[in-house]
Amino acid sequence: MNFKIFGAAVFVLATLLFNPGWAEEAPEVDRTSTGGAQTLEDIMARQAQMEVDETFRSENLGDPANAAPISDELGTLGGRSDADAWRGIRYNELDPSTQVRGPAVDVLIQDGGMSWYQLREGPVIAYGGGAILGFVLLLVVFYFVRGKIRIDGGPSGTKIERFKAIERFGHWLLAGSFVALALTGLITLMGRSFLIPVIGLEAFSTLAVGAKWIHNNISWAFMLGLVLTFCMWVVHNIPNKLDWQWLKAGGGIFTKSHPSAKKFNAGQKIVFWTVMILGFSVSLSGLSLLFPFQMPMFADTFGFMNSILGTNFPTALAPHEEMQLSNIWHSVVAFLMMVAIIAHIYIGTVGMEGAYDAMGNGQVDLEWARQHHDLWVDEVQAKQGKGESS
Amino acid sequence: MKVMVSAFVAALVIAFLAPVVLDQFGWSSAEQYSSESVRLD
Ligand code: HEM
Repeated sequence: MNFKIFGAAVFVLATLLFNPGWAEEAPEVDRTSTGGAQTLEDIMARQAQMEVDETFRSENLGDPANAAPISDELGTLGGRSDADAWRGIRYNELDPSTQVRGPAVDVLIQDGGMSWYQLREGPVIAYGGGAILGFVLLLVVFYFVRGKIRIDGGPSGTKIERFKAIERFGHWLLAGSFVALALTGLITLMGRSFLIPVIGLEAFSTLAVGAKWIHNNISWAFMLGLVLTFCMWVVHNIPNKLDWQWLKAGGGIFTKSHPSAKKFNAGQKIVFWTVMILGFSVSLSGLSLLFPFQMPMFADTFGFMNSILGTNFPTALAPHEEMQLSNIWHSVVAFLMMVAIIAHIYIGTVGMEGAYDAMGNGQVDLEWARQHHDLWVDEVQAKQGKGESS
Repeated sequence: MKVMVSAFVAALVIAFLAPVVLDQFGWSSAEQYSSESVRLD
């Protein structure tokens, strides 16, 4: 029975891998017959949804050095024909001057919107949503295979303080805002595909406006929670040799043993650093989306990467392009984080007897603590022996 | 439990304060996209 469920989960994940999400590249085209302009083959390739290399026209913008002298008859367009100039507009390569004041007014056409939209509606939803569903399914399977991790020999009845009120406050500020952000983010991303067909445009409009308000504004609570928990817990999350032992024993999950650990074991350190690094990144890309004209980040990031890795990412990006990239990055990182957090919530609630109390009222059973964090218990008791608090 | 609820309340308080505070700095969308003279509020 369990193997059937497991097989189904593997099947679902495998089909995701073979999703034809990426466009095929169009074959090389000979454009001598059109003098370098676009050919019927280019149009047909685009209609067949192939990836057409547009540089043959996006870089064909005329050359001011070729300008006819102004004294000539009908001179001069300045080395650029009308067609050259229009191509410049089409690919946002022209440097227009305008009296309109405001951000991004000198961007006449930015054509990344369609591919951004398709990426967002297609692979981002499919892989992101699939990863969440697949992971939940795996956890269900795990629950049936391994069952709840119990306290060996049952709880002792004696309690020991695991987290102070301020630590739990930081955790729940982070967790409460994260869950709100995850739900409202998913509504924003997937509403068009999954909610509008069910509840209609009008109801979704209200929901979407509310979701956007919550998402934009509760993000500050998330960032504060991130900073608080980072400051309080980073000292307990520095990796050390003990973590290696813990990982080699697989945390004792399958062997039902209890490798030694201090306040946080290696698994928890992985959760901690995942939350901190991805949380920082999702916050930065979110800020960039909130303040696109003040905090564009991809151009600088690309420049930095180019200087270190010798890559050739574009460093002149229109604000629209910055936002398209930030948006995709923001969702990918958010999905990774959601998957990690689902596992975390599982182990903190149904997955392990006695774990929830640590964040519930801060008092855990001494036997639970001995089994999962033996060295931490020793430390706390040694300190208490000396009359200090934990 | 009490701590958890107070953290959730704090998250909501922060959410309601955020736009007010940002407004003070001129960081509101209305400020970004329109000038004083055309705004109705
Ligand atoms: C909403 C349900 C959640 C529950 C029931 C929960 C429960 C817990 C518990 C019981 C602990 C302490 C484990 C121990 O005693 O060692 C903990 C720790 C932690 N939680 Fe949560 N949590 C939740 C959501 C979140 C979210 C959404 C985040 C971050 C976005 C988060 C981040 C952390 C971190 C970084 C730690 C410390 C490292 C660790 O123990 O893994 N938690 N959580």
